[in-house]
Parts: sequence; structure tokens; C-alpha cells
Amino acid sequence: MAHQIRVEVNGEVQEREVEARKLLVHFLRDDLGLTGTNVGCETTLCGACTVWIDGQPVKSCTQLAVQADGTRVTTIEGLADGSKLHPMQEAFWEEHGLQCGFCTPGMILAATALLDTNPNPTEGEIREALKGNICRCTGYHNIVKAVQKAAQGGASNG
Amino acid sequence: MGNVIGSAVRRREDPALITGKGKYTDDFCLPGQTYAVIVRSPYAHARVGTVDTSAAEAVPGVVGVFTAADIEASDAGGVVPTAWLLPDMKTPEHPILAKDIVRYVGDGVAVVVATDRYVARDAAELVEVDYDPLPAVVDPKAATAQGAAQLFEDVPRNIAFEWDIGDREKTAAAFDGAAHVAEVELRNNRLIPHAVEPRAALASFDEHKGELTLRMTSQNPHVHRLLMSLASINLPEHKIRIITPEVGGGFGSKIHHYPDEAIVAWCAMKLNRPVKWTATRSETNLTDAHGRDHVTKAEIALDAEGKILGLRVHTYAAMGAYLSTFAPAVPTILYGTLLSGQYDIPAIYVKVWGTFTTTAPVDAYRGAGRPEATFVVERLLDLAGDVTGLDPTEVRRRNFVNPGNFPFLTQVALEYDSGNYEPALDRALEISGYGELREDQKRRRESGSDKLLGIGVSCFIEACGLAPSQVAGALGAQAGLWESAKIRVHPTGSVTVYTGSSAHGQGHETTFSQIVAGRLGIDLDQVEIVHGDTGEVQFGMGTYGSRSAAVGGSAIATGVDRVIEKGRKIAAHMLEAAEEDIVFEDGEFSVKGSPDRAKAWGDVVLAAYLAHDLPEDMEPGLEKTAFYDPSNFVYPFGTHIAVVEIDRHTGEVELVRYIAVDDVGNVINPMIVEGQVHGGVAQGIGQALWEEAVYDENGQLLTGTLLDYAVPRSHGLPSFETDRTVTPCPHNPLGVKGVGEAGSIASPAAVTNAVVDALKPFGVRHLDMPLKPEKIWRAMQP
Ligand code: FES
Ligand code: FES
Repeated sequence: MAHQIRVEVNGEVQEREVEARKLLVHFLRDDLGLTGTNVGCETTLCGACTVWIDGQPVKSCTQLAVQADGTRVTTIEGLADGSKLHPMQEAFWEEHGLQCGFCTPGMILAATALLDTNPNPTEGEIREALKGNICRCTGYHNIVKAVQKAAQGGASNG
Repeated sequence: MGNVIGSAVRRREDPALITGKGKYTDDFCLPGQTYAVIVRSPYAHARVGTVDTSAAEAVPGVVGVFTAADIEASDAGGVVPTAWLLPDMKTPEHPILAKDIVRYVGDGVAVVVATDRYVARDAAELVEVDYDPLPAVVDPKAATAQGAAQLFEDVPRNIAFEWDIGDREKTAAAFDGAAHVAEVELRNNRLIPHAVEPRAALASFDEHKGELTLRMTSQNPHVHRLLMSLASINLPEHKIRIITPEVGGGFGSKIHHYPDEAIVAWCAMKLNRPVKWTATRSETNLTDAHGRDHVTKAEIALDAEGKILGLRVHTYAAMGAYLSTFAPAVPTILYGTLLSGQYDIPAIYVKVWGTFTTTAPVDAYRGAGRPEATFVVERLLDLAGDVTGLDPTEVRRRNFVNPGNFPFLTQVALEYDSGNYEPALDRALEISGYGELREDQKRRRESGSDKLLGIGVSCFIEACGLAPSQVAGALGAQAGLWESAKIRVHPTGSVTVYTGSSAHGQGHETTFSQIVAGRLGIDLDQVEIVHGDTGEVQFGMGTYGSRSAAVGGSAIATGVDRVIEKGRKIAAHMLEAAEEDIVFEDGEFSVKGSPDRAKAWGDVVLAAYLAHDLPEDMEPGLEKTAFYDPSNFVYPFGTHIAVVEIDRHTGEVELVRYIAVDDVGNVINPMIVEGQVHGGVAQGIGQALWEEAVYDENGQLLTGTLLDYAVPRSHGLPSFETDRTVTPCPHNPLGVKGVGEAGSIASPAAVTNAVVDALKPFGVRHLDMPLKPEKIWRAMQP
């Protein structure tokens, strides 16, 4: 059965019909064409699908699209300010915080959410905060450096 | 611009990837696209009776349900072949959908195609398959026992091949005369690669042109196209275009030619509409080729001074249910030949049995054979230290190949081109503060500290850039192992490079453009790198085995040099000078000794295209292709040191420091090289501490999800301390070696040696990976 939902995605209001069982990540990817949010496991275990719902990081593979009704969703496509990269994006680029890039959108959103609550995390706090996001390429070394760099530059979401 | 080679240029790949604009296979959608779901066997071994597809076919939205019978009734080859043939090897057929027998959990029996991904999954549940279960066998050694379940009628005792290398008699004699002998029985744990992007394929067929376009997660699109055409579907090679868009990691798992992508291609042709398949995580865990899975007995013989006299290794290596693409090479050519390590060993004998088990196929996974070899050698060296009473670093030092003895021919057929092992060891010891660590360890042992300290050393060697093709052929490769590059210079002087390498996270677009810009003396943004599309790029071998800088990069450098050669001829003609008097530097051709007589790069290129006044008999244009076939492997090496703390009461291991000193020859982009080391080290630490694919005795995979299979996460790892020594490769134009696998080759042994070192007071000599707390706690009990 189809349900009508109204979601603000990256600042744009979307009104759509979705099946009750449709996952939020499939709504974003298939219905809205926002393919920056990746699927690595569909089981809340890898973090590749991390988005923000009302500013909070959420794994969009284990949320139904209908649950997002009435919320504000931010995906990686909505993070930069026009053509100006978000400082966390800059820091990942600068510090080589990504290789294949598949975990990166989720990782950047999770890391940015960390700085929102803890603008000056220690290395241990960064590692603890990102443990829900798997990266198989970087060994996390440069991801940690990127988050530290973004923190120094004051890269919380404000 | 000359110094662009060797500098930490930011990656040009990243802007798309950090903004979500990079497109991976599953991100593409085509009009009329359908979704495929593969129905897989829940049994490890069973006879397949009737497959009833009628209920699935009746589901609205389902456009087709197919089984092995449909493939057989078509004109498709319908199999996936192995591409590495060892002498006397058994090569049972591997159909893309199982016919009469399934041989592992995950073996495909049917495919359902529907207009919606959810509907396809629903319908797949409705396919009724009659299974008649057969006994399973999951252990590579147990598989050879009389009476063990047999996978193929004509493969008694499940032995696909027996292979040996070295001198058996000489080695036996070395052991007879030895002052000290140490031995170990060990298991190299089975691993699941876990690229974060699952495998995926999107096929579409143009019936008028008779052309198939297949976007897929591949590390080697041309190899996939070749095998697809030869054996799997019925289309000539030139009518298949394989595109590998962004690829989210591979680590070997995306080298192999699996049934699934061939099924998707077949369905798209059959249905004449686009078909997409994306594996779920549990599907990748069941069907991606796994890594390692060895059962080994290894022995080392030494004289009274601690000089190694001989090394003997017997290994049972699981092949899984079928021979995957390069599987037979992994525990043989890439393992047995590496068992001399960094050491001058006068006698070695290695015997390997490759055996079928009712499990996922095993094939190359980051390091492929070389981590297994390094693990054997470096565990033995620690045990050699124990029996001789020498410090682990000292026994290694006494046996390193002397730097004056390169090129060095080992007893297992490799010729190490260059090396200088002691400086890397010394540097690692210095960074780690080895002496103080040993003192700290002593203090803790004396005081009965709750935190046991362990220090593990791993001096590793890697052979990468498998070559030359002639030798690879003699060893069983059904393909050459060269690499190609086409350098297309445009009339305005900018350059497009078509490379046969196929990146999936390595940053080739950045590194390769540095090679070209550096050699030509032009700006980086004047160079474009094209890869991963058989429709655009000439045949290439792809990216695996740490080969892309050493072989792919050398092909590019060779092609660029050919371009410069032609430019030199044109410049000589323009400057009315002799060709041998023309020097090319910083983007300018000038006459030796009179630098004011010069032509800029752009002028010479334009002249090549205007062709108004070219040297006699010269064709217009400026474009060169190189097929570079190296004369030997390259041999990166290094020393890694792991420092662990073990909780005496719980057995929990904390990796407190990890030091990696690598020698990968000349470095093109140090930032990227370090990133490769980090990633490899982390994967090897995962193998040592957490990762293991476990099958129960019925062949059920007990570690099929990320809940039960522990890949390293950020909070389990420290930041790494890295450094390098530089011993350039003497036989390629860039002096580079490889780096992609080094970390995963070195670190399992370093970490395991550290854990065993910490547990020495408890009389522990060896523990198998993964070193989980329970295993360690048990080992500490009296
Ligand atoms: S795809 Fe959502 S957590 Fe892995
Ligand atoms: S960059 Fe490849 S998984 Fe993180």
C-alpha cells in the first residue's frame, strides 16, 4: 500500500508516494536520484548509508521512508554550501581521508555530527564516535587526521 | 614541473567522491531497467531435483525466471573458467547456474528478474527447489581423507592439484645435520574480503548492433570481457563493452570472473532489456572469493650459530567448491616461491595440495599467497630465536641476504632484483625504541604486571608485478601479465592517457598524471587519465597484485618516452640540428650547449599535427602506445613492528603501537603510498586479531554478516608510525616497486609474534589467528 510522505531533503520539500516497506535509502537513491548515499550492508552495520534526520546521524538503510515523513533529511549532496565545500569535506580531501570513497559520504556526515556535539574531540573520542562506520581502505589513520584538521578549523555544522 | 614526481599532490579523484557525485555501478539507472535476484542454495552440498519457478513467474512485475536448463538450452557457454592451469590439475566445470549438484551455500540455482527490486526479492522466495542433501567437507586437509565427502566424481580425495618446489633431498639433509630444529603446525585463517561496495552489475543489450554493455564492479574489465566472451555468454569479444565506473574497493575480490555478472549479462540479452544486480552484504560474504585458508606444517633447521640451514613446508590450501579465476596461482606461485623471505636459505622444500571443499571458492585476496608465506617464515624465525636463544631481531639479522649478493637467486626460483634489509630493520627498531620496550617488558614480567607487553617483528618481502609474461605462461597463467598505455597528445599539447590499469581507490588518475606531467614538464591539469572502459581503452590487464605503479606506470612512462622521441626528431628538424644534440627538459626541446636554440613542447606538438614541414618519411600526429612487459617481478620489503598489551585477566589484546618501515623503491606520491600502507596494515591486523570466516561441519557459514565477522573498526586500531627506506627497482623506468599489499603481508606476522611474545612466560610457542581473548585466556591458564 502506498503512503504519501512529505520530507525536506537538502532544503527542498519532496512530496511522494512510497510503499510502506520502502527503505529510506532506496527512497533517496531510487526515487530522488540522490546516489551519494551508499549501501554497504543494509543491516545497520557499516554506516555507508549515514544521513542526517533533523541534524542527527541515522543509518538510512534501517529506516523506512515513511518514518522520515515530516522530517528534514540531509545527505552528502546537501553538505557543501553551493560550490564551497564543507570544511569536513575539505579536510578529508586534504588529509587523504578516502581511497575508494564508498564509505566517505557516511563517514563525513558521521564525523561532522561528532563535531556538532564535541567540537574538540581527542583521538580516542574520534575513533569511538566513528566505530559504526566501516572503512576497508584507509585503516582510519587519515580519517582521524581529517577530523582533527576539521576540528582545528572549527568545522562543526554550527 | 620536474619535481611533481615524488610530491604529495592532492587526489583529483576526491572532489566527486566527497560530494556524493562519484558514480558507482549501482548508481546507474537505465530506462526500462529490471532487477535480478539470484536464488542460492541453502545447502553446502546437495543434489538438485526439480526447480519449480511457476509461483515466482506468476508474481506481477516478474519478467523472467531462469535456471540452468534455460542457460543450457541457449547458445551461451554458460561456465566460468579458471585462468591459471597447473600441471595435471583437475579442472571440473563451473556452470554459472548449478545443474545437478550444488557445492556450497550460495551456489546459484535460479535467477528471478522483475521490474522492482522488492518484487524480485519476494518472487525469489517463491522458487521451489528440491534438494537432496549430501555430506559436506570444509577443512582443506580433512578433505583429502579417505571417506571424506567428494565434490566431483573424477576428483578423488578432492585433490585439485599437488605442487612442489625446491629440493627435497637437499632439504632433508640440511635437517639431518642441524644443531637446532623448530617446527610449527598452523592454520592461516579464512578471510572474507569485505570491500564496502558489494559486487554489482548492470547489463543492457542493443539488439540491432548485437552489443552488450556491462557496467560492473571490476578490477580488470578486459580480463572479464575476455572470459565472458570465451566461456560464459555467446558474444564475440568486440561486441561486449565493460565499463567499471567508480569501484568501492576490491582487495582482490573484484578480479575474479564470477557466475553472477555472467547471469546478469545473459538475462539482459535474453530479455532484451537492462538488468541490474546488486549483491547484499550476506550475498557477498557467501559468494565473493574468500582468502587464505591454509593448514600448514613448517619446519626450520639451523646451525649452532643461528644460521638457517633449511626450511620445509607442507600446506593444504582450500580451493573451495570450484577453481576460481586465479585460485591455483595463489598457494603455489605466489606462496611457495616466497618462502625464502628476506633470508639466505640454502635448502628449501615446499609441497602444496590444493583441495576442493564445500565452501565459497578461495582466490586472491590482498597479498594473495604472500601474507601466508610471510606468516610461515616470520613465525619460524621467532621460533628459531627461541631454540637458539637469540633475540628475534638478531636471528633475522644473521640470515638476511647480504646486500652485496643482489641479484639474489633463492632456492625457490625467484631472483630478487635488489634489496637492503638491515637499514629497514634498524630504522624500525629505532622508531620503536626497541631496547626500551624490551626493558619495559622485563620490568613488567618481574613485577607481575596486569598488562603483559609483547613486541613482534616481521621482516617481509613481497613479489609483485608478476612478470614477465613468458615466465607467467610457463607457470600456468592463461594470460600475459604486461600492461598497456596509449599516450594521445592533442594538437595544443595537452594529453589523454588510456591505461589498462583499472583503479578502485588507489588514486591512479592522480599518480599517473604525475608521471606524465613530470616527464613532459607540463601542468598536471594538462593530463587526463582514462581507465576502466573496454570501449575506450586498448586491452589491459587491470589492477591487482600491487602492479599498477610498477607495470601500469612503467607502461605510461615508456609511452611518454616514445612521444618525446618523436618530438625530438621533429624539434631537430625544426632547429636544423642533429637529433642526438636535442635535449628535452622542463617542457622544452633545445640544442645541447645553446639553450637559446629551443622549441617549446606546444610548438613541436603543433608542428606534428600541422604536418607542413616534418622530417622525411614521418607520419603526422603524436600518439604512442606501449605494451610494457617487465623483465622481472619487483620486490618491495620492509620491517614492521607491533607492540601489544594483553590483559592478564581477560586475554584482551590492545594493539598499542604499530611501526611500519617500507621500501617500495622510488615514490611517485608519498601521501598515496602511505595511505596504501595504512589500509594494508589495518587489514592484516584484522586477520591477526578479529577476522575469520567460519563454516560449521555442515558447511553453513557462521560468519555471514558484519555482526559475526569482525572487520577492523576505528576504535580497535592505533594511528600508525610509518617511514621508508628507498632502494629503487633497477629494471623499470620509474624505479618503483609496489605498495598495495605490503601492509597486509607484513602485519599478521608482526601482530601474532607480538602476542606470542607477550605470552612467553606462560610457555606459549604459537597461537593461530585470530587472536581472540578467549583463545589467549585459555592459553594463559595453567
Ligand atoms: S548500508 Fe546502512 S549501515 Fe550499512
Ligand atoms: S575509502 Fe574505501 S571504504 Fe573507506
